[in-house]
Amino acid sequence: MSTLDHKLLHDIGASRGQIAAIALVVACGISVFVAMLAAYRSLELSQRAYYRANRFADVFAHLTRAPRALEARIAALPGVATAQVRVISDVSLDVPGREEPATGRLVSVPERARPRLDDLSVRAGRYLQPSDRSQVLVSEAFANANHLHVGSLIGAVINGRLQHLRVVGIALSPEFVYEIHGATDIWPDSERFGVIWMGERALSAAFDMQGAFNDLEVALAPGADEQAVVERIDALLARYGGLGAYGRADQPSHRFLSSELAQLRVSATIVPAIFLGIAIFLLHLLLSRTVGTQRTQIAMLKAFGYGNGAIGLHYVWYGLVIVASGALLGLGAGLWLGWILTRYYGVFFHFPILRFQAGIGLLALTLLLVALAGVAGSLAGVRSAMLLPPAEAMRPQPPARYRPALVERMGLHALLPSPIRMILRNVERAPLKSLLSCAGLALGVATLVVGRSSFDAIDLMLAHQFYVIEREDATIAFDHTVSLRASHELAALPGVIRVEPFRAVPIRVRKGHRSRRIALLALDARATLYRIVDLRGRVLQPPRQGILLNERLAQALGVRPGERIALDVLESARATRSVRVAATVDELIGTTAYMERGAAARLLREGPAISGAYVGVDARERTALEAALKRMPSVANVAFRDRTIANFRSTIAQSLAVSTALLILFATVIAFGVVYNSARIALAEHGRELAVLRILGFTRGEVTLVLLGEQALLTATAIPAGIVAGRAIALSFSAAYSSELYRIPTAVSTTTEAFATLVIAAAAFVCGMLFQRQLAALDLVGALKIGE
Amino acid sequence: MQAQKATPAAVFHVHGVTKIYRMGEVEVRALDGVDLDLYAGEFAVMLGPSGSGKSTLLNIVGGLDVPTSGQVFFRDWELTAADDTALTRYRRHALGFVFQFYSLIPSLTARENVALVTELVRDPMTPEEALKLVGLGDRLDHFPSQLSGGEQQRVAIARAIAKRPAVLLCDEPTGALDSRTGKLVLETLVRVCAELATTTVIITHNAVIADTADRVVNLHNGRVSSVRINTVKRSPAELEW
Repeated sequence: MSTLDHKLLHDIGASRGQIAAIALVVACGISVFVAMLAAYRSLELSQRAYYRANRFADVFAHLTRAPRALEARIAALPGVATAQVRVISDVSLDVPGREEPATGRLVSVPERARPRLDDLSVRAGRYLQPSDRSQVLVSEAFANANHLHVGSLIGAVINGRLQHLRVVGIALSPEFVYEIHGATDIWPDSERFGVIWMGERALSAAFDMQGAFNDLEVALAPGADEQAVVERIDALLARYGGLGAYGRADQPSHRFLSSELAQLRVSATIVPAIFLGIAIFLLHLLLSRTVGTQRTQIAMLKAFGYGNGAIGLHYVWYGLVIVASGALLGLGAGLWLGWILTRYYGVFFHFPILRFQAGIGLLALTLLLVALAGVAGSLAGVRSAMLLPPAEAMRPQPPARYRPALVERMGLHALLPSPIRMILRNVERAPLKSLLSCAGLALGVATLVVGRSSFDAIDLMLAHQFYVIEREDATIAFDHTVSLRASHELAALPGVIRVEPFRAVPIRVRKGHRSRRIALLALDARATLYRIVDLRGRVLQPPRQGILLNERLAQALGVRPGERIALDVLESARATRSVRVAATVDELIGTTAYMERGAAARLLREGPAISGAYVGVDARERTALEAALKRMPSVANVAFRDRTIANFRSTIAQSLAVSTALLILFATVIAFGVVYNSARIALAEHGRELAVLRILGFTRGEVTLVLLGEQALLTATAIPAGIVAGRAIALSFSAAYSSELYRIPTAVSTTTEAFATLVIAAAAFVCGMLFQRQLAALDLVGALKIGE
Repeated sequence: MQAQKATPAAVFHVHGVTKIYRMGEVEVRALDGVDLDLYAGEFAVMLGPSGSGKSTLLNIVGGLDVPTSGQVFFRDWELTAADDTALTRYRRHALGFVFQFYSLIPSLTARENVALVTELVRDPMTPEEALKLVGLGDRLDHFPSQLSGGEQQRVAIARAIAKRPAVLLCDEPTGALDSRTGKLVLETLVRVCAELATTTVIITHNAVIADTADRVVNLHNGRVSSVRINTVKRSPAELEW
């Protein structure tokens, strides 16, 4: 070991507190980087492997009814490699042990062979056997949520008749990695919605679909143009009530998984960048200070004949050792966090094998990143050590020059006591250092604000959706369009105090070459249970003339109120109408257009038909109502609002707790890193002044104020700056994550701001208190023995 | 109360003070049974070579250090029995310090360096008065980096006397200055202390300075080797070193 290596070890030992603080900041950055990127890689690889192994389809289409013979013609279309036709229908399920009915999506699979596309991964039990028509496989998430296992019996209302289905297997499909009910749902609700795979013959027979199909999946030939295939399929299915084919990008499960992966990638870049930036700054502070105090040592080494290269390298090593120790810790923590994160994703995204893989590439990337940060942070210190002429370095550093601070020059001089002036002048003497310290702390605050604001946004969405727009006790959906008379039947059920029927129709709106698939919700004119309310709280009435469109959707289509759009009805009686845009509404969810129910009936040229109803329920008779609804064959789905909210909240609560804990940890590490390092350096720079103050009769408390006043001032400045920055970042995030379908509101609540303020202030305070001991141990006598 | 009571006129009564520093396995006896009395209004000089223990004695008397054994009284208050808070109060109200290396706060102007102390006590001089007393009435708003060594030391004297302390303790006040500037600073010190009737203790290794003193204490190897009263005092201007 060379002399310089010994010196390195000694230097590291001497400033271990600061080094630990910097290493922790590095560790946070690296752990987030490793965790998120590892989770990203794991999900992405699992997705790719799963899609390939189970032959996930490329193009999907739903239609009313077409003869099976069409399958061969579709398979023969240019660009199509494989085609598979199916029968799919949502039915109301009677699940043992559940009071409300659940919705099952019955999907036909061949009895004698495995599906050619979207093959199932059987997790328990077995695949179907041709002999028994009542056997089914159920999706794993639904089975788990409802405690179903092989051998369980489920009641299903199929074509108006209650049938008993026997679970022979639990399965997964690449089509339902993210298992949501409709295209407009955001969260899976596995208790109330599940997929059930049933034999083709049995299902066709039950729905009178023998020799027919209503759903199509296609795998593309290599190099095929997806859009061209979509158009060919649309043309072919037009006369069979085709609802418009679409590619993977619009497939609900795939779309959610992809957007989650994209978000992970963005977060895996931004968050570590913040931490590593702060680490570089702190390293820069430490090294500049170390080189400053070691001037005479450096000069001596140079006088002894050590070259600039050796000395420069010595300080580069110093920086690298610090970041490397942090990186090592971060790598360990990151792999562990990544594993947890991947498992957490496994709760929402269902893969047969979700393998956690970090990979050599990720490790190499981490190493590179860390080395870059180490070198970047050491650069200024190394440079000044190398440029130092030995003769000059033998002399101590020249005394610092000061001038009155800005607030004093502005005329407030007389108001400020001397310690405050010292603090202000110290801050102003090194403006860049102060600015960067402040920026570091502000980023800590912003991290907290941004992290919590996503939950504020969810709260706001929840409040708007469930307390302002939807005020019903339950939403009842029928499995097909029924006559208005059904609403009178609902009104007669026990506990029902109010019924407001609605008609919901899947539609496609078009303007020129732009089109969007959305839902048309037709409401009664003076409906009170479900209201159309914009973000400013204005209540709008469903228009009797024309259609009410979401503002962003209208922008995307390029239409303004008063203009006409084409409207394709994507339901049994497929038709195209022209309709005037009556107005636009600023809503969070942009997938719904509104009309008055009578006007919609005229547009659709149908009688007074309804799809479901919003009902007000007397809580005392709720059990009786649930039992009655279970017996109504036409009821496909019943959603009680309080359960929906509770379900939503419990899903959120878990991730809120985890994310809050992580945020507090991260912000505390940042605050500690910045405050501890700045205070350490202030103590090294001003230790002698502080000792003189003590000799002059300043109490320990007064001296603490002088030392930590600078940190307190920087923290106090950083908090509002960080809140503003956090709001801005949250705004840009919500803009980035919003689409025309969903708008994520930007919400930073007072609680969030108070939380951020409190966490940073507390971390800075606790860190400052660590210096009490050092101040008590100030060497008063020694301070007088050193010359200027 | 203690058995050993200070004589009424003594400002400092030092009795049997020993100070032992342990440097690893080596014991350094910096003070070895010092007995000494210093009196009100006196200008006292403690002489001794490097390592004689004069700085250690000043630090103990100034409440910056505690002896290994022995007692020190300031008037009739035993400062060797006081805690940190009481010592801080003692330094704050009773003492003025002047050090070899000035020890000004670089971020504060001359006026503010003085104000730092006057803000702490009752009935001080104004910083302007104090700086005028040391001949720096025209350098009030200069920062230490804009002042010469002699000027900085005079600011330190102004800072020490501005609170009208009972005692002024000076540790080699001319040690970092050339002889011309040193004499100027010494002159200032002698004049101001006479005007304010402040008890002054100067420690130095410069024997010539002893000629300005009322009482000269010689220290050697941690012991008081002699104490003499100067019958004929010389003014600093007459000195040569």
